[in-house]
Amino acid sequence: MAYLKVNSITKQFGGLVAVDKVSFEVEKDEIVSIIGPNGAGKTTIFNMLTGVYGIDSGEITFDGTPIHNTMPQNIVDIGISRTFQNIRLFPNMRVIENVLVGTHIRTKYGFIDTLFRTPRYKREEAQKTLRAIEILNSIGLGNRINDYAQNLPYGEQRKVEIARAIATDAKIILLDEPAAGMNPQESEELLRFIRELRDKGYTIILIEHDMNVVMNISDRIYVIDHGKKIAEGLPADIAGNQQVIEAYLGGVKKDA
Amino acid sequence: MDKNLEKGKSKNFILILESFIEKYKVPIAGVSALILLGLPFMGFSQYIMRIFIMIGIYSMLALGLNILTGYTGLVSLGHAGFYAIGAYTASLLSLKLGANFLVAAIGGAVLAAICGLLVSLPTLRLKGTYLSIVTLGFGEIVKMILINWDKVTNGTLGLKNIPRPSMFGLKLTLVNNGMYYLMLVLVALITLLCTLLIKSKIGRAFMSIKEDELAAIMMGIKTTRYKALAFVISAFITGITGAFYASMIGFIEPNSFTFDISTLIISIVIFGGMGTIRGMFLGSAILIAFPEVFRFLMDYRFVVYGLVLVLMMRFRPQGMLGWKSQMPYKLPKLVKESLKKNNKDNLKTQQI
Amino acid sequence: MSGILTRNCVATVIIQQLFNGLALGMAYALIAVGYSLVFGILRLINFSHGAVYAFSAHIALLFVGLNFGIIPAIILSIVLTGILGVLIDKTALEPLRMNNSIPMASLITTIGMSNIIQNLLMIFFNTERKSFPAFFDFGMIKFGSVQVNSTQVVMFVVSLILLVFLTLIINKTKLGLAMRATEQNSKAASLMGINTNFVISATFFLGGASAAIAGVLISGYYQIVYPGMGFMVGLKAFAAAVLGGIGVLYGSVVGGLVVGVSESYAATFMGSSYRDSVAFIILILVLIIRPTGLFGKKDIKKV
Repeated sequence: MAYLKVNSITKQFGGLVAVDKVSFEVEKDEIVSIIGPNGAGKTTIFNMLTGVYGIDSGEITFDGTPIHNTMPQNIVDIGISRTFQNIRLFPNMRVIENVLVGTHIRTKYGFIDTLFRTPRYKREEAQKTLRAIEILNSIGLGNRINDYAQNLPYGEQRKVEIARAIATDAKIILLDEPAAGMNPQESEELLRFIRELRDKGYTIILIEHDMNVVMNISDRIYVIDHGKKIAEGLPADIAGNQQVIEAYLGGVKKDA
Repeated sequence: MDKNLEKGKSKNFILILESFIEKYKVPIAGVSALILLGLPFMGFSQYIMRIFIMIGIYSMLALGLNILTGYTGLVSLGHAGFYAIGAYTASLLSLKLGANFLVAAIGGAVLAAICGLLVSLPTLRLKGTYLSIVTLGFGEIVKMILINWDKVTNGTLGLKNIPRPSMFGLKLTLVNNGMYYLMLVLVALITLLCTLLIKSKIGRAFMSIKEDELAAIMMGIKTTRYKALAFVISAFITGITGAFYASMIGFIEPNSFTFDISTLIISIVIFGGMGTIRGMFLGSAILIAFPEVFRFLMDYRFVVYGLVLVLMMRFRPQGMLGWKSQMPYKLPKLVKESLKKNNKDNLKTQQI
Repeated sequence: MSGILTRNCVATVIIQQLFNGLALGMAYALIAVGYSLVFGILRLINFSHGAVYAFSAHIALLFVGLNFGIIPAIILSIVLTGILGVLIDKTALEPLRMNNSIPMASLITTIGMSNIIQNLLMIFFNTERKSFPAFFDFGMIKFGSVQVNSTQVVMFVVSLILLVFLTLIINKTKLGLAMRATEQNSKAASLMGINTNFVISATFFLGGASAAIAGVLISGYYQIVYPGMGFMVGLKAFAAAVLGGIGVLYGSVVGGLVVGVSESYAATFMGSSYRDSVAFIILILVLIIRPTGLFGKKDIKKV
């Protein structure tokens, strides 16, 4: 059975069917991309995977357990974390604090530990801080830990979001257009980093517009258009798929 | 361009100021402690000492509201209600049951905290302003209960002859400055409580909720639970302060706890700087002292509190002392040690 | 015999109080509309609205005291209160919009404004309760066994006419179109050449003017005016607006009537000290059970 299995999920807003019976599967240690034109329903799928939206029908299972229609917090706890298309950092907190918020759910000391600064508090606080520094170093933000998130350039803010998602000890990381706003060199570095993540045992699902990025990095690709899955396969298959090209070129008629 | 330059300058100034304080923190703390402890011996009149105590009281109230509004981003317009609950409960406990101050104050604080929980539970899924309105409703309902439940609260006549605290067989009064020192102890304890909470995962959870609640949820933070916790802690602090106020002033009535008091507390938090602890002291010192200093403005003081809110939001929303620290993030001690060790190891391997 | 009589009496009281409540509720609706209009356009709960309402009553009283005559005094009060609404926006809220301040900033600003207005009223007019002339008292009107005070009839009819008038402005005029466009998407509206700042000012003016009319009506009914009067009434009107679905005009009317009638009944059957708590209970219940109100639309969470 697949690691993450999405079976025929549907989401409606009023009369509009945003996502229509979409199914896909993601295996462990894989980089899977979901692509499609603007408004195709990609982010809605992420929102359903992470519990922001409930689903109207279908099911989502992770490692065999159903996870649809559960609270976002529980989904993070199970091991799925995400970044956002329009960056949602905590702008007036420092970079390291942002990442420490990511470790929150794995930090087990309680109220009493906090008030009395027990050894448990000290030990865990130190562990998590070290972990945050380690993650930031690995993503190339080691020199930025003291900065406030809002003062970082766009590309680095995206990296902080990824670092924050990793800090939740997620097994699957959902990246919503991680290369948006990055220059070619930055996005090249990002690609390398995402590959490293996979090699370390993370599973990655990616929404991306930049075809260069997608074709370069994905193990498999799903294409969504108008809320429906229209194609799936290896990057090479997708690149040559007639339907996909049509969707991207804006609905060129078959008989045209 | 100019603006950036200015910004850079002010940042620089803050950094210099902060480094100065960091470098001389022991002498600075020592001198401030000496001044605070020595105030009663500097020949101030009882009237002035009373103002100092009021500044302390409002510092505590502001510290309490700050947890909720400054750090967690929830604007409460009903803190006079928690203040009243603390004051009435403690007074009744000591008047009717003869409880000593400590027990009475904790009783008042606990009841206020329970009310904080009760107010927070149904309202936490509401968006900002709605929550504010419900807290306002809560404050008014508390007042209504105090007025109508005369059997217990003595209605509009209020409670009289509330006993002063006595400790170690000594009755604390204004004359022997016992109330002043008790105020200092309470302010110190509450400041410590706030500092410990804020510098932990709890404080970070509060701040993340203020910054971006959805992002906080997506990081796995149980936001409702933390918002409720912020309410409870805030109400607890406010309740304790109410207990102290009642025993200091000796007489309370429902009209001691009006909506004006709630806005005054907010004004202090905003004037000093939401989400800072230092700001609460400055805010209450200035806003409590000014009507006393400028007697001719006494009638206008609530107008001035209103103006403070409007002008601060317009020109300095972060508050007078609301700067962001420019010092490096304070790493936990254990982390520093282990980083040092790593560096040494790295050096060694390089040398080899 | 006496049983029938009491039963009759109870029925009469019930109907009597229904009329009381409806008249009062219509006036609440007028104030609620002010919350709704501003919320619709700015997504802001204008906390100073209650104080604006109190201002209107005091201004009317002032001009009546200066022998302006009743009608000119009312008109002056309407105009000046409308202008006060605009001033609040121009001096305090518009700069915040320019700075892209956080929503909490506008909320706190309106709280500050409310404080300023109410306390200035206290300074200039004293905190005492002052008697207000019964403008619309033309005696009692009989409907069968129920007697209705003409003040209540005037209150109901005037409010109704004004609410219809407001609805027409919003639905049929160019200004109304601009208001609706700004409500939907203020950026797009301004790109289409709509002067959104003017639209917002107009909204504040309409809100202030309706509050003034309500202020005169309610003060004429209770025949009493004091600086703190706006606090409770403002909250009741707010409860009405939320109950109907804030931002929905006809919702405010339904909400106002529900609040007005339940308040009358509570005062009659539970004692007058419970009069003011009803609005809170309604407000809190609505917010817990259905925060969008009876007719409000649900927002889709955008991520």
